[in-house]
Amino acid sequence: MALKPAQKALGPIRRSFAPWLDPSAVPLIRFENVTKRFGDFVAVDDISLDIHQREFFALLGPSGCGKTTLMRMLAGFEEPTSGRVTLGGKDLAGMPPYRRPVNMMFQSYALFPHMSVEQNVAFGLKQDGLPKTEIAERVTEMLKLVKLESFASRKPHQLSGGQRQRVALARAVAKRPKVLLLDEPLGALDKKLREETQFELMDLQMELGLTFLIVTHDQEEAMTVADRIAVMNHGKLVQVATPGDIYEQPNSRYVADFIGDINILEAKVAGAGPAGLSLAVKDPAAPITVAAPEARPADGAEVAFAIRPEKMRIAIEPPPADAVNVLKGEVWDIAYFGDWTKFLVKLEGSDTIMRVSRANATRTESAPIAWDDKVHVWFAPDAGVLLTA
Amino acid sequence: MADPKAPGANPLGRWAVIGTPYLWLLVFFLAPFFIVLKISLSDTTIAQPPYEPLLDLSLGWQGVVDWWSGLDFENYWLLTEDELYWFSYVSSLRIAAISTVLMLLIGYPMAYAMAKAPKGIRPALVMAVILPFWTSLLIRVYAWIGILSPEGLLNAFLLKIGLISEPLYIMNTETAVFIGIVYSYLPFMVLPLYASLEKLDHTLLEAASDLGSPPWKSFWQITVPLSLPGVVAGCFLVFIPAVGEFVIPDLLGGSETLMIGKTLYNEFFSNRDWPVSSAIAVLLLLVLVVPIALYQNVQSREVEAKK
Amino acid sequence: MTKGLSTVNVAALTLGFAFLYLPIVILVLYSFNDSQLVTVWGGFSTRWYVSLLHNEQLLEAAWVTVRLGLLSATVATVLGTLAAVTLTRMGRFRGRTLFSGMVYAPLVMPEVITGLSMLLLFVAIGLDRGFLTVTIAHVTFSMCFVAVVVQSRLVSFDRSLEEAAMDLGCPPFRTFFVVTLPIILPAVVSGWMLAFTLSIDDLVISQFTTGPGATTLPMRIYSSVRLGVKPEINAVCSILIGLVTIGVIAASIATKRAENERLKAERAAAAGR
Repeated sequence: MALKPAQKALGPIRRSFAPWLDPSAVPLIRFENVTKRFGDFVAVDDISLDIHQREFFALLGPSGCGKTTLMRMLAGFEEPTSGRVTLGGKDLAGMPPYRRPVNMMFQSYALFPHMSVEQNVAFGLKQDGLPKTEIAERVTEMLKLVKLESFASRKPHQLSGGQRQRVALARAVAKRPKVLLLDEPLGALDKKLREETQFELMDLQMELGLTFLIVTHDQEEAMTVADRIAVMNHGKLVQVATPGDIYEQPNSRYVADFIGDINILEAKVAGAGPAGLSLAVKDPAAPITVAAPEARPADGAEVAFAIRPEKMRIAIEPPPADAVNVLKGEVWDIAYFGDWTKFLVKLEGSDTIMRVSRANATRTESAPIAWDDKVHVWFAPDAGVLLTA
Repeated sequence: MADPKAPGANPLGRWAVIGTPYLWLLVFFLAPFFIVLKISLSDTTIAQPPYEPLLDLSLGWQGVVDWWSGLDFENYWLLTEDELYWFSYVSSLRIAAISTVLMLLIGYPMAYAMAKAPKGIRPALVMAVILPFWTSLLIRVYAWIGILSPEGLLNAFLLKIGLISEPLYIMNTETAVFIGIVYSYLPFMVLPLYASLEKLDHTLLEAASDLGSPPWKSFWQITVPLSLPGVVAGCFLVFIPAVGEFVIPDLLGGSETLMIGKTLYNEFFSNRDWPVSSAIAVLLLLVLVVPIALYQNVQSREVEAKK
Repeated sequence: MTKGLSTVNVAALTLGFAFLYLPIVILVLYSFNDSQLVTVWGGFSTRWYVSLLHNEQLLEAAWVTVRLGLLSATVATVLGTLAAVTLTRMGRFRGRTLFSGMVYAPLVMPEVITGLSMLLLFVAIGLDRGFLTVTIAHVTFSMCFVAVVVQSRLVSFDRSLEEAAMDLGCPPFRTFFVVTLPIILPAVVSGWMLAFTLSIDDLVISQFTTGPGATTLPMRIYSSVRLGVKPEINAVCSILIGLVTIGVIAASIATKRAENERLKAERAAAAGR
C-alpha cells in the first residue's frame, strides 16, 4: 500500500530534511555487510546501513537484538568479525576507541566518581591537549548548554539522576564529535523526566548540528526523537524508515507487532474487490476489501491484514450504509485511559478479539458502550496494511 | 564485554602487565615445587647442602646421567615403613576434621545470631569477628599457654572455686590442640556462614510460617539447606590449613601430638634430613590436592551461579 | 528486623565473643602484672614494658620486622595489583589457567610447604639466606592475598567507566592511572594493609627463609615462648595487639565515615531534585 505523494504518512517529518531519499547524498556512516560473532553467537548478522550527516537515527529492538553491539562497533569497543564500518569515507578498522571522532553517552552515564562535574566535562578536552583557557571556556559553555553552571564543582554522587544524565551528555558533546552515540540514554529516568529530556535532546541536536545515533528498546522514545528508525531483531535489520512509515507502513508482522498496538487478521487473497483487493479472513470467516498494494499478491496467497485500533470505528447502532468491512461482535473488556478508551471486542462466530480504541472527545455520553454490548466495528479499505512477511 | 584484543591495545605493555607477576610466581612459587620433588628423590648426606646427588654440569652429559641415576623413591618407602609418618598424616586429618566439626557447632549459632541482629550493629559484629584474625596467630596461641598450663589461669580459677582439687592437664594434649585450632580458625568459619545466612530472604521464613510450619521446622527445612554453601565454604576454609598446621600443635600439643606439619618441621630443622622432609611435603600436597580441588570446584560453581 | 534478639541468640553471641576475646584480654591484663609468676596477680606495673626498652635483641627484631613488612607489602601490592589486572582485564591468554592457579594456591598452601620449597629454591640458586630472601618469600605469598582483594574490586568495577575514558580519547594505560586506579585505591590500600599484617605476623615461612642478621619479632617471640610464658613477652604481644587494633579500627572508621558522607550527599541530592 505505497502512499502516493499526496497522502504522506503522518509523523514528525521535517520536510526539508530527508537526505536518505537523495541518491547523490554521501552518507556519513556506512556499515557494509557487518557481521559480529561472539563464539557461536551471531550478535550482528550481515548488516548494511547508511546514516547521514545531521541525522537523528535510532536503533530500536528488544534486548539482545544486536543494536548495542552495532553501536559499540562504531565506538570502537568491538571489531566486526567481517564487513567494514566507515566514517566520512574512512575505514575505521583497527582504529582504537580513543582515536575515533565519535563520543558516547553511556547507559550508566559512566561519570567518573572521583572527579567533579567540571572535571568530568573537561576530561575529553584534556586528552586532546587543548590549552587550559580554551578547556575552561568550552566547559563553561557546555555546562550552560545543559543548565548545570551552578553545579560545576559537585561530585557525581551529589547530583540527581536527571542532573547526572545531563553531565554525561555535556561530557560526550564537549569534544564536538562527528557522531554522538547514545546508549539507552534515558532508561534510568522516570517517565515524566524522560519525556521532557527527549525534547531537550532533539533541541540540542538541532542546535549543535551533530549526528546522533541512539540505541533504545523503547519504541515511543525512538518515535519521538528520531528522524529515522532501524528496527532490529536477532542481529538483522527488519525495517529502516521514518517513524511515520514504521508505524503506518510496517513491512512485516514483526514490526507491526513490535511498534504500538495492532490487530492482525490472517487471510487469503480472494481476488479483485471494489476497493482494490478482496480478502477472505480465516477466523471469523468473513470477506473484507482492502486497498491493493503496489506489488499485488497472487490470488490464493496467504497474507495478513494489520490494522491499528484507532483506525477502526465502534458503535452499538449499525454503521452508515456506505460503510464497508463491518464486523459484528460483543464487548469483552473495556480499558479506560482517560484521553481514550480501548474496547476488546470478541467477534461473532469466532474467538478472535479485536482491539478498537476511541478518543474520549466529550466528557459525557448518553448511551455509553458497556460490557457484553453487541457492537459493530468497521474500517475503511485503506485503514490497514497488507503484510506478506 | 570489551574486546580484550581491542585495537590499539599496546601488546608490549600488555605482556609487561601479564609477565611481571607471572614470572615472579613461576620462579618463586612453582619452580620451588619441582626442586622439592627433586630433593625428595635424593639421598641424605652430611654435607652442605645435606643431600646428594648434586647435578654437576661440569662433567657434561655424564654429570646429568649420574644425577638422574642417583634419584630414587627411597624416602617415600621410608615414609610408609616408619609408623611415625603414617600416624602423623592420619592424626593431622583426624584433628583437622574434629576441629572443623567443633567450629561448625560453635560458629553456626554465632553466625545465625549475627545475621538476626539489628542491621545497624551487624557491621560492628563482623568487624569484631575479623579483628582477632589481624593479630598474629602466634600471639593468639601464646595467650592460651598461660590459660591452659597446669599452673595456668584456668586451673587456678577452677581450684579456687573448688570445682576441682587436682589441676587439669590440658596443656600438651590433643584437647589443647583442638582448642587452639578452633580458636584460631573460628573467624574463617563464621564469616562464610554469616554471609550465606545474612542474604537469606526473611520473607521465606514468613511464607513458611504462613503455610503452617513451626519455627524449628522452618529452621531445618529452610534456613539450614539455604545456608549449605556457607557451611561447605567454611568447612573447607578451616580444614585445609588446619591439616598442615605447625604452630598450634608445636606450642600446645607437646610431644604427644603428632601432626604432619610439625613432623616436617622437626625433620628439617632438628634432623636436617632435607630429602625426607621434602618427601613429606610432596605427600602432604597430594593429600591436600583433593580438598583443595573440591573447594575450588565449589567456589567456581558459586561464582557461575552468581552470574 | 523489628524484633530484638532472642535469649538463645544473645547467649550465642556472648559466649562466642567471650571465647574469641577473653584470652587476648587476659594476655594484655597480665602484661601489667608486677609479679614474675604469670598466674599470680602481684599488682599493677609497667615494668615489663620498661624492660623491653633495654632488650636489644627484641628491639632489633622489631626493627627488622617493620622494614620487612613495609618493603614486602609495597612490592606485593604492586605485583598483586598487576596480577589482579591480569586476571580481570587481559581476557584470555596462553597459560591463564596456570596463572590463576598460582595466584590462588598460596592462599591455602600449608606454610611449612611454602617455607620449605622456597628455602630449597634459595639453596639451589645459591642465594644466601637473609633479609633479601625473607623479603622475596613474604612478597610471594602476600601478593596473592593482594591480588584476591584487588581482583574482587575490579570485578565489581563498572567497565563503562574505563570505556568512557577511552571513548573520550584516553589511551588504555593512562586510563588505568587516571580512572581505574583512583577508584580502586581503597581496595589497593586494604590489600597493602593485609600484606603488611601478614608479613609482620608470619613465623613459619620466615623461619625457613631467613638467615643470620634478619631475625624477625615473631621468631624471637617463638623462641622464648617455647620456654614458657614470660611477662616480657606478654608486653610485646600487647603492644602488637594494640597497634593492630588501632590500625584496623581507624581504617574501618575512615571507610565508614567516607561512606556515610557519600550517602548523605546522595540523599541531599535526591531531596533537592
